[in-house]
Amino acid sequence: MVIADIAARTLPRLLIGTDGPESLADHVGRLGALPELRVDADRWQLISTLEASGLRGRGGAGFPVGTKWRTVAVQAQAAGGGVVLANAAEGEPASAKDRTLLALRPHLVLDGAVLSARAVGASEIVLYIGREMTRARHAIEAAIRERRSARLKEPRIRIVDAPDRYVAGEESAAVHRINGSDAKPTVVPPRPFQRGIHGAPTLVQNVESLAHAALIARLGETWFRAAGTATSPGTCLLTVRSADEVRVREVEFGTTIGQVLAGLERAEAPQAVLVGGYFGAWLPWRRAADLPLEYDALRAAGAGLGCGVVLALPRDCCGLAEGARILRYLADETAGQCGPCVHGLHAMADVMWRVAFGRPKGNDAGQLRRWAGQVAGRGACRHPDGAVGMVKSCLDTFADELEAHARHGACPAALRAAAVAPIPDQEGGWR
Amino acid sequence: MKAVLRVNPIKCAAEGICAELFPERIQLDDWGYPIIEQGEIPEALIEHARQAVAECPRLALILQEQS
Repeated sequence: MVIADIAARTLPRLLIGTDGPESLADHVGRLGALPELRVDADRWQLISTLEASGLRGRGGAGFPVGTKWRTVAVQAQAAGGGVVLANAAEGEPASAKDRTLLALRPHLVLDGAVLSARAVGASEIVLYIGREMTRARHAIEAAIRERRSARLKEPRIRIVDAPDRYVAGEESAAVHRINGSDAKPTVVPPRPFQRGIHGAPTLVQNVESLAHAALIARLGETWFRAAGTATSPGTCLLTVRSADEVRVREVEFGTTIGQVLAGLERAEAPQAVLVGGYFGAWLPWRRAADLPLEYDALRAAGAGLGCGVVLALPRDCCGLAEGARILRYLADETAGQCGPCVHGLHAMADVMWRVAFGRPKGNDAGQLRRWAGQVAGRGACRHPDGAVGMVKSCLDTFADELEAHARHGACPAALRAAAVAPIPDQEGGWR
Repeated sequence: MKAVLRVNPIKCAAEGICAELFPERIQLDDWGYPIIEQGEIPEALIEHARQAVAECPRLALILQEQS
């Protein structure tokens, strides 16, 4: 498949080729060389194209990519240099889309990183990659060697390990780690785009976002907008999970959750879906099935795309038990720096544990909601906000189960079923 | 003059002095950490805010004044 074929198709854009990493020769054969942005006007033109494309970041926050590049470019110009941080920490246990992309199309991601460095005026690229992601890392290291052998004129690309912690990929935590400290969030401002790696203005961009940018630079914003919806253009990578099953899929924005889950081995409709990962929202199946994955529709439903996780909860599982395990995990993953997060999440996790696996007291749900209101917005980062948002949606979605647990004690499903949401061992340090 | 009170949550260690000195805008949560009511601080309360900032042993309170 060459560039003309890709231009004519909507899907797939990123997940082409499934049998191992694409070589540099195949990559260039498919897409042609990366635009060099030789003169100053070229890089501002590219930034305008990205803005017009409507591409938004895929690390979780969904910030417009073109706007971010422009901001860093202006800051880097004033500061006399900048850095690009390509973020592949993927600390979300339920997500596998970034490592899959790196393992299959390392050169497309590296293209995006090199392009962003040229566009914002950065002289260094740091690829920040989850320590456990062996296959992705091998693919990237081999790809960097290939590019060196081909004598491509590119900024230096340095690889830094991200420790296996949930918040390690948060942008200020990533910068802190790369600057030689623990991968814990810092108080902002200054934000990384103002003062990041070595104190220089730093573009922090998720690797999927970079891959999309590398395609937009070659094919233009009209091509990008040919997929998706007017307000959520393009395609996105999802990690789709159910019991014992994980698939990474690329879909157009606007695809419904029901369509995304079609084809999973568990054919029967789930009882509920967790959308957006562990900072995301639980939705009952009757609300989720026809909900399009699209920024506005998700926000109206009280959810968000987050890191692109769609987790289907089978009917024979207990949503309260899933929520309690995730909250316990997130409480244990606090960086331990901010009181409301440290104390609030652990207190909530204890009550939620009783709700799921013991016998909830009459005011437990009210207490959880009250604490959720107190804790949100009071950390240096958004870790507590994400965790309490998940809990609130869990209490809403599984209100009937909550009542049943209060009346009869924990349901058999809570006590029997293995977790659907993966919970990793927590033994890693912060570097 | 606009004045907004903020807390640095990493520095804050729940000493609680701020809530004693500026109860009009600062409550403590169940673990003793300050919850600051959002919004501008009116002229009449600015002295209380300044005192709370000055007395915080962790230097965790910040009064952002913009003219």
